[in-house]
Amino acid sequence: MYMFKYICKRLGLVLMTFTIIFVMCFVLIKLKPIDMNTVGIGQDADKLRRLLEARGYLKPIPEQLFLYLKRIVLDLDFGVGVYIPQYSGQPVWGVFIEKLPPTILINVYSSLLAVPVGIVLGIFAALKKNKWQDHFISTAVMVVISVPSFVYASLLLFILCFKLPVDLQLPKSMLSLPDIVSLFPEKGLQYIPLTFNWDLYFNWPMIKSMLPAVFAMSFGSIAGYARFTRAELTEVLTSEFMLLARTKGLTKSQATVRHALRNSMVPIFPSIVGEFISVLSGSLIIERIFSIPGVGALYLSAINATPVPDYDFFMMLSAFYTLIGLVAGLVIDLSYGVIDPRIRMGAR
Amino acid sequence: MKANEYKISSEKFVFCPDNANLHDQKLETKPVTYMQDALNRFAKNKASIVATFIIAILVLFAIIAPIASPYQVKDSDSNYAYVVPRNELFYNLGIKFWDGGTQKTGIPKATYDQYRAIELELTKIDPDRKVIMTEPEINKIVYMGKEKEEYSFRLDTYNAVGVKWVSLSTARYQLLQEYQDRTGIQVLYPITDATLRPEAIQDKSNGNIWYKTRLGAGQKTEIVYDADGNFIPIYMADNGTDMYTSKIYWEGDQKLYSYAEKKSGDEWYVRVDYREYYSFYHQEVLKDRITQPSFLFGTNDSGKDIFTCLASGARFSFILSIIVASVNLCVGAIYGSIEGYYGGRIDIVMERFVEILSSIPFMIVIVLLRYHLDASHMVILFISFFLTGWTGMAARTRMQFYRFKNQEYVLVARTLGAKDSRIMFKHIFPNAIGTLITGSVLVIPSVIFSETSLTYLNIIDLNVGNMTSVGTLLAKGQNFLFTYPHMILFPAIFISLLMLSFNLFGNGLRDAFNPSLRGTE
Repeated sequence: MYMFKYICKRLGLVLMTFTIIFVMCFVLIKLKPIDMNTVGIGQDADKLRRLLEARGYLKPIPEQLFLYLKRIVLDLDFGVGVYIPQYSGQPVWGVFIEKLPPTILINVYSSLLAVPVGIVLGIFAALKKNKWQDHFISTAVMVVISVPSFVYASLLLFILCFKLPVDLQLPKSMLSLPDIVSLFPEKGLQYIPLTFNWDLYFNWPMIKSMLPAVFAMSFGSIAGYARFTRAELTEVLTSEFMLLARTKGLTKSQATVRHALRNSMVPIFPSIVGEFISVLSGSLIIERIFSIPGVGALYLSAINATPVPDYDFFMMLSAFYTLIGLVAGLVIDLSYGVIDPRIRMGAR
Repeated sequence: MKANEYKISSEKFVFCPDNANLHDQKLETKPVTYMQDALNRFAKNKASIVATFIIAILVLFAIIAPIASPYQVKDSDSNYAYVVPRNELFYNLGIKFWDGGTQKTGIPKATYDQYRAIELELTKIDPDRKVIMTEPEINKIVYMGKEKEEYSFRLDTYNAVGVKWVSLSTARYQLLQEYQDRTGIQVLYPITDATLRPEAIQDKSNGNIWYKTRLGAGQKTEIVYDADGNFIPIYMADNGTDMYTSKIYWEGDQKLYSYAEKKSGDEWYVRVDYREYYSFYHQEVLKDRITQPSFLFGTNDSGKDIFTCLASGARFSFILSIIVASVNLCVGAIYGSIEGYYGGRIDIVMERFVEILSSIPFMIVIVLLRYHLDASHMVILFISFFLTGWTGMAARTRMQFYRFKNQEYVLVARTLGAKDSRIMFKHIFPNAIGTLITGSVLVIPSVIFSETSLTYLNIIDLNVGNMTSVGTLLAKGQNFLFTYPHMILFPAIFISLLMLSFNLFGNGLRDAFNPSLRGTE
């Protein structure tokens, strides 16, 4: 009961924070009057005016907010693209759904690679503490954590896609999907259950073209998990219950696996949970370097649209990123209590 | 025990003067202050010391290099674009590394001959002006039934620029001739007669073609050789209209060739040895400090010196991060102390505000500011860091205050009647200062990282006037990763070294300021 109350309280706070940021963002982006005379490349001022008028973008802001929320709730209609040339007039939600699979897949692959490799490296380093293996792993981890992702991603790209012998090289950018199932016909805008053509993604050329990005993405996570696991495990290995376990007659490996490892997983598990929630968000930099047609690239083109950021794309994606961040933080906090009963959430 | 055995004679007793101050004895050893102790323990950490030195070197580089370098960020020369790094020392010693040369492999004969022609033309004046730095290795391959020769050699990218067509005003043309007479350096080369190679019109503006060519298969320029396999020169014979009064002539011949072509009115077309012309232009016309083209880190796609650009970008990053760190420290410390000290309802309200502020993605803040403020991107960058950056510092300070505010010494101070502000800043704050200093030092690399990421993604564009940023250099280098890797190499090394050493430095600082680790190492 206590736990339930605590979760409700945290959920309420997340909801409140999200609402404030959402409304603030909406008001701020709408506050500046739309200049009808500045249009993007290849746009018709007259057509633009009609589009904006039809969607009620020239009404007072509170009314617009109400209309916006109403459309989202009733039709899952997050608006249409205005200033991004290639998505002008297209529904935001449809484009977003189309961009989601590459981002999710790359994140999932990299998490699947990073979590086991990172934890194993960390355990190995902890068991070999202060030997050369540990020093080597710790130094490598330090380097990877410090060096910015765009540097080692470029290095990976250079080696994997250019310096390797030609028959071993990987593609320089991810394959595109011109014919992915369009979920929303231009008019209907009704919610149809998601039916992806997964075959398009699960074939060898596609996966191969994703590999450089997956490697680049997982590097940082591997280093993070290795460092975290090593720190936790070395601390647990020196604690007194390990001595007790050995006195009880367990071998060193039995004691390590059954007692030390389990206890060291307490702080690591929540971050794994967090990792799998934020698979949705991805990385702007990695997506740019490896030309991934994902959500990050979409967000960048919404931000850098001329003459102004694209309202609806920016609004939706900002809300999306904010929500992911908030929910991930919440779930990480809550999972501490779930995995370790000693931790009473919200206790004073 | 006899009573008089312990008798002390009464003369030994002296009266204590009424106004005397009685002290304990002074300590023989020097007391170690908190700061000194931290410093001592920091000095024991070798990695941190090395990191400190590297940071110092990078800071010095950012301060000194833009002043010492003759180039400026705005200087660009498209003729010297993509030139690879050259260290004059290595070049003069003839070391085949960092000497402005690139190893070329699998070059077809036609391209090789073009480079050889440039070299022939340049070495007529100065035999040291090699374009092909090593003896070429010739590889015979069979390709599609035909035997082909492939050349591998080291190419001097500076001399490969060779000879260029330049358009000059009459005054500039005469100044150049004066310069030739004064220094004895031949800058002007005989112009070529385009009518002798009428087919190859696409190379009309290419100053390096002084030999006969024709249009071959697939609209490609082919070199026409004479019977011995030599180039056939197509210099324009002197027709007396070029106003050439200089005493220096081509190959010592008394004015066999024409040196300039008059275009409309006040405009002359001349062929110049571009390296010498570059020196002339910078020394006589612009009168800046550039003497000759030599780029320590090479140049980028617009012919800007990467060394200078990197140093300027680094300088801006350092200035930005130090200002942001100090402002964050001030604002965050004040906000956090109020939160932590008063607690209760004030804390809840203020904490909610911080929570909302810190959950706004940084990208949204930047974009909204960029959208609303009609200011330069630099100002926007500063404002957005000021707006949200202090929340971390506030949380840190708040935690420290929670830790210390219920301790006895605070109670004593309060009992003695100290005001809230005095307790906060005289009693609690000094105890928290170690953590706060560590925190604000670690803000510096994170600000540099954010700034680099933002400029890398081109969300913030700092390329205005004489400014640039490391992120822009990296993004540009990224585009030429496979063709000109030197463009990304140096900015990448810089930012990696900086981040690595700041991380090590920060770890050392954190351990040094953590009193609980005292004596454990």
